Amino acid sequence: MTTGEAERTNASPDPIAGDLIGSGVEGGVGDQVRAWLQRVRGGEMGALPAVGGFIVLSVMFSVLSPFFLTERNFANLMTQAATLVMLGMALVFVILLGEIDLSAGVTAGVTMCIFIVLVNVQGFNWIAALAVAFIAGIAIGAFIGFFVARVGIPSFVVTLGLFLGLQGFELIIIGSGGLYRVQIPEILAIQNSNLPVWGGWAMLVVVLAVSAGTSFWDRARRTRAGVPNRAIALVWIKLGVIAALGGIAVYILNQDRGQSVKAVQGVPIVVPIVLVILWLGTFVLDRTRYGRYIYAIGGNAEAARRAGIKVVLIRWTAFIVCSTLSVVAGLFMISKVGSVDAAAGRDLVLSGVAAAVVGGVSLFGGRGRLLHAAIGALVIAVITNGLGLLNLPAGVNYAVTGGVLILAATVDAVSRHRAGGAILRT
Amino acid sequence: MDVPLIELSGVQKSFGPVSVLKGVDLQAFPGRVTALVGDNGAGKSTLIKGLAGVQPYDAGVVRFDGEEVALHTPRDASRLGIEVVYQDLALCDNLDIVQNMFLGREETGFGTFDEGLMEREASETLRSLSVRTVKSVRQKVSSLSGGQRQTVAIARAVLKKARLVILDEPTAALGVAQTEQVLQLVKRLAEQGVAVIIISHNLADVFEVADHVSVLYLGQMVASLEVAETTRDEVVGYITGTRSQGGRAA
Ligand SMILES: Nc1ncnc2c1ncn2[C@@H]1O[C@H](COP(=O)(O)OP(=O)(O)OP(=O)(O)O)[C@@H](O)[C@H]1O
Ligand SMILES: [Mg+2]
Repeated sequence: MTTGEAERTNASPDPIAGDLIGSGVEGGVGDQVRAWLQRVRGGEMGALPAVGGFIVLSVMFSVLSPFFLTERNFANLMTQAATLVMLGMALVFVILLGEIDLSAGVTAGVTMCIFIVLVNVQGFNWIAALAVAFIAGIAIGAFIGFFVARVGIPSFVVTLGLFLGLQGFELIIIGSGGLYRVQIPEILAIQNSNLPVWGGWAMLVVVLAVSAGTSFWDRARRTRAGVPNRAIALVWIKLGVIAALGGIAVYILNQDRGQSVKAVQGVPIVVPIVLVILWLGTFVLDRTRYGRYIYAIGGNAEAARRAGIKVVLIRWTAFIVCSTLSVVAGLFMISKVGSVDAAAGRDLVLSGVAAAVVGGVSLFGGRGRLLHAAIGALVIAVITNGLGLLNLPAGVNYAVTGGVLILAATVDAVSRHRAGGAILRT
Repeated sequence: MDVPLIELSGVQKSFGPVSVLKGVDLQAFPGRVTALVGDNGAGKSTLIKGLAGVQPYDAGVVRFDGEEVALHTPRDASRLGIEVVYQDLALCDNLDIVQNMFLGREETGFGTFDEGLMEREASETLRSLSVRTVKSVRQKVSSLSGGQRQTVAIARAVLKKARLVILDEPTAALGVAQTEQVLQLVKRLAEQGVAVIIISHNLADVFEVADHVSVLYLGQMVASLEVAETTRDEVVGYITGTRSQGGRAA
């Protein structure tokens, strides 16, 4: 049906909107749900398997252990997961590029070794020591980034080298068998103190306000540009889901979970910290050039280069972001554990990678979100937590986590294959 | 004839010991379509990748608007208003159509993307190319057919006002109607004063749109002909190397 097409003589758009191209936002809630289901069938599953896994595992452990569904264990799960959530989110920045940082866990460990030795042995002010720890984290990221982005060594080789090297460094700093207790109240508070009861509700209100605010801001902007918006009902549904799930979580965490007369209640302080970092990181990845270019490089680095993107610089800085966020994960870790030894962070990294991959962040690069890694981390944390309640030997935990990682990577590869089917069908 | 918008002289490029461009001259004029033809492996794509700053030349002079310019990075080229549709398309599969079209030159407001604005501009540009089969501009490029991908790559090149548009086999994957659309677009671009270089193996297309034909043979420019003054057989002769230019330079 090309009659009359040849008569067009200029490149400006045809004012007759006879064949408007859609925006993918047309139709009501039903159409959007169908479009989403179609994408899922096409291999874009996102965090869906992880959410499913989380529910199945939770039901399973609730049946197997009477302690799983207690307020105490729920709060415990949050704080156990926090370190992994942070590390998983840190890793997303490099995994999106199709790279990996196997040293992220020991980066968390070694920077905390530096931190604790400076405070406990050298008598540093803890804030100054923390600054040094962050500088060390940035330096590690810059080191990895240099060798990967500038020299061109595969990232798994560089970071595997650092995984070993930094463990040696930990041993040198701490000494074999050495152990330092964390005695800084502010650091301990992150994982061991809670918001007041009203604070938890206030947090939820802020989350809802920010979510509603960005949704309506985006809609206003699209309207100004003259393009259609999704059905407004979807915004209300999203806010409703956040309110319901968040409300249940805050309500449970606000119950007294103490074992003695003194009440222990409230949302652990680490939760709002994680939410802020999650929001900031998502903002950067979704709405700024830096984030968009990370996805572009992960999808097709040569196309990104031809589009004028400074590929080397972005690869390099992504490793710095990863290492810096790993330091935050380290802080969560020592706050929870209460001490630092020479093996700090050694077991962390594979769980961190597993968190990202289980959550639906593709190891092939270019696909995934920070929220996915956070959900994946919750799945890994549920496994660790649940198996712990069942008093199974620690070995079982390693085996199950490893198995879940391979399973998730398989789902990743298969769904990538399905999404790629369209490319081959030219 | 007036001043060429772009003028290459004595351009050379080798990959290791293999010399691919052996001192090539090429000109393109505003408002005119220059076809670049030659057999597989003649060096056509290599020549235009140098112009795009993607694979800089080893030697030779490039003049833009009469002034000598250095094309070392893709940014150098896009700053001059050179847009390229690559033979291998260079799209990011994981991004959607709008994101691909605006990659490297996103519209922002308040420091963040103005997605609505980009979506509208992308949509309008695609419509001007009479794209009918794409359902949504927010579709991932991985879900598009080969021809649709090619259209997106072309749309990307004409999205912003360019001064020189280079198309490396832009119609190779296109159907009859879409090919006609692209050829119409090439003519329209030239009418608007844009200099166009088009690479094609389809001589019928070349004779339909081009004003001028340059023939590359094994890394050397063997002929430079006005379309009005040449024939298909003559061009084929130069492409296959059975003919070499006597005195008929343009
Ligand atoms: N990056 C590279 N490294 C080594 N050799 C290359 C490279 N790029 C191109 N070549 C060689 O340069 C020659 C010219 O390649 P080019 O892609 O420019 O040909 P072409 O004229 O575009 O051919 P086609 O019509 O097949 O697209 C070929 O022999 C090719 O093998
Ligand atoms: Mg070519």
